[in-house]
Amino acid sequence: MAVPRVTVSSPRTVATRWPKRAVTQEIDDETGVGDAFMRSLIRSQLRLGLSVIVVLATLVVGLPIMFTVAPGLTTAEVLGIPIPWLLLGFAVYPLLVALGWFYVRQAERNERDFSDLVDRR
Amino acid sequence: MNPTTSLVAVALVSVATMTIGALGLRFSRTTSDFYVASRAVGPLLNASAIGGEYLSAASFLGVAGLVLVGGADMLWYPVGWTAGYLVLLVLVAAPLRRSGAYTLPDFAQFRLESLTARRISSVFVVVIGVLYLMPQFQGAGITLRALTGAPTWMGASVVAVISLLNVLSGGMRSITFVQAFQYWLKLTALLLPVSVFLVVWRHDSLPTSAAMSASDWVRPLTGEHSLYVTYSLILATFLGTMGLPHVVVRFYTNRDGRAARRTTVAVLGLLSLFYVLPPIYGVLGRIYAVDLIGKHRSDSVVLELPSRILTGPLAEVLTALLGAGAFAAFLSTSSGLTVSVAGVVSQDVLSRYVDGVRSFRLASVLATTVSLGLAVAAAGLAVANAVELAFAVAASTFCPLLLLGIWWRRLTAAGAVAGLTLGGALSGGAVTATLLGITAPGWLGILLAQPAAWTVPVSFATMIGVSLSTRSRLPLNVARIMVRLHTPEHIDVDRGGFDPEASRLPAPALLAANSAEVRYDDRSSGA
Repeated sequence: MAVPRVTVSSPRTVATRWPKRAVTQEIDDETGVGDAFMRSLIRSQLRLGLSVIVVLATLVVGLPIMFTVAPGLTTAEVLGIPIPWLLLGFAVYPLLVALGWFYVRQAERNERDFSDLVDRR
Repeated sequence: MNPTTSLVAVALVSVATMTIGALGLRFSRTTSDFYVASRAVGPLLNASAIGGEYLSAASFLGVAGLVLVGGADMLWYPVGWTAGYLVLLVLVAAPLRRSGAYTLPDFAQFRLESLTARRISSVFVVVIGVLYLMPQFQGAGITLRALTGAPTWMGASVVAVISLLNVLSGGMRSITFVQAFQYWLKLTALLLPVSVFLVVWRHDSLPTSAAMSASDWVRPLTGEHSLYVTYSLILATFLGTMGLPHVVVRFYTNRDGRAARRTTVAVLGLLSLFYVLPPIYGVLGRIYAVDLIGKHRSDSVVLELPSRILTGPLAEVLTALLGAGAFAAFLSTSSGLTVSVAGVVSQDVLSRYVDGVRSFRLASVLATTVSLGLAVAAAGLAVANAVELAFAVAASTFCPLLLLGIWWRRLTAAGAVAGLTLGGALSGGAVTATLLGITAPGWLGILLAQPAAWTVPVSFATMIGVSLSTRSRLPLNVARIMVRLHTPEHIDVDRGGFDPEASRLPAPALLAANSAEVRYDDRSSGA
């Protein structure tokens, strides 16, 4: 008796498709795995944000303490402008923009890493 | 000095603003048109619009006045107003955009699933909005007085009426272009005169004045309790920016979270460009117009400088340009604030009694009248100081709500409500005391005048403490809410049913008024 022909398909295609559906599905179903993925994304973004805040706090928010500890700084001049005026009137602004620019790059990189994990095709 | 040129310039700015606003109305017939149009603009145009709305009377006039009087310590104001955007960028921008919330009360309701949290947020939106509107009107009074000698209430009323008409006609909010134009107008209006002044100053072989070398002016931290005052100011401005109603609303016009970040960096650049200029006016004022301090008119130093340094038509033209820039500042900020405040008042309070369009109009009139009354009553307060009070309240209420709401999943509605109430009551109480002119000797007086340094930590501690003790009452969908806040838009996950846009009515005159209608019952159906 002849066995009817059947199409042979590779189980590999099913196997490679599996992770993509799984992770977003895990997140949707609020399973432990999905939760772990979400927490790792949130933690990496929070760590990035806080490290920018720490730099801001050290370099900018630290200035009044620095002026108090080293009063000599407040009278010293560069190009005829007292250092506090130079720092607070001009130098702070490029630093703020640079920090912002650095943050955006890193935050987008974190998100790319996350979607590579979750959205793998 | 002949005020005609200045008056013509001020009138031109006002008419242009209203005309563009009215014309723009015809292009944006429905709410969705508005959103589509807004989202089609690139980050630079959008950032210019945000800058245009953000740079207010305090930035344009107030900073120079403060520097003229207070010297080095006052440089923290513009630094703080810029750094506030950096903090907003790194901790709030993208998640806030992804939440889909259009206003702060929207965010409170979405994150905490609580109507009480929404209502209390609405109260503080109104408080902060009115505190911020007040100095805009004061600034207008000062400007018109400096240009024409008219009493201050007159200028205040003129700007109040124009901005109210502007809001009622529905223009301003919809037109990203108007706001963007006003940023560049304000920048030009400060940049051009200061370049001329510096050339003249150089030509006159760099004169200085005795007032300029006074050590308590040129050196930072010379006043009493100045370290505390400086840190309180830093806390209020760095953390308060994210809680300003008209700032938050703007985030909605970004296409997605990523665009929100990119726009915010561009805003940082534009603000940095602008804020270098006002302190230079303060320093030049110290050389050429130090008598203004004695006359209690330091806030008008920006407008007085042309006639002190130059004579003839050039002085007149530059004064006119500065007057125009100042009016652009009042109009853009006060229109934006009025729309944000009125939207919240009409939706959360008046809409129960009056229908949508009329309640929004009524709310606009109310917000403007109250702020105008306060502005006239508290005329003695420096413009930038009044704005700082608004920042202190914002930093003590919405900053902890946003930061904990976005990053800490254990925040409960009870915790948020307790923190908002306590932080708001304490900072609001201190602000009220300052506005009423109540002062106290020594430390108590300083703590009242600069509340942020203690009210912000109190508010954070309350939110965290009460949340931990009500941990059994976490919002039901907190996991889904966190997914929505933090997952990039292109990833296909379930973000819950919160959709403030779906329920908005296509009412062209009320683009913002109806915006905040959130349909909560639809969560499960995934609208």
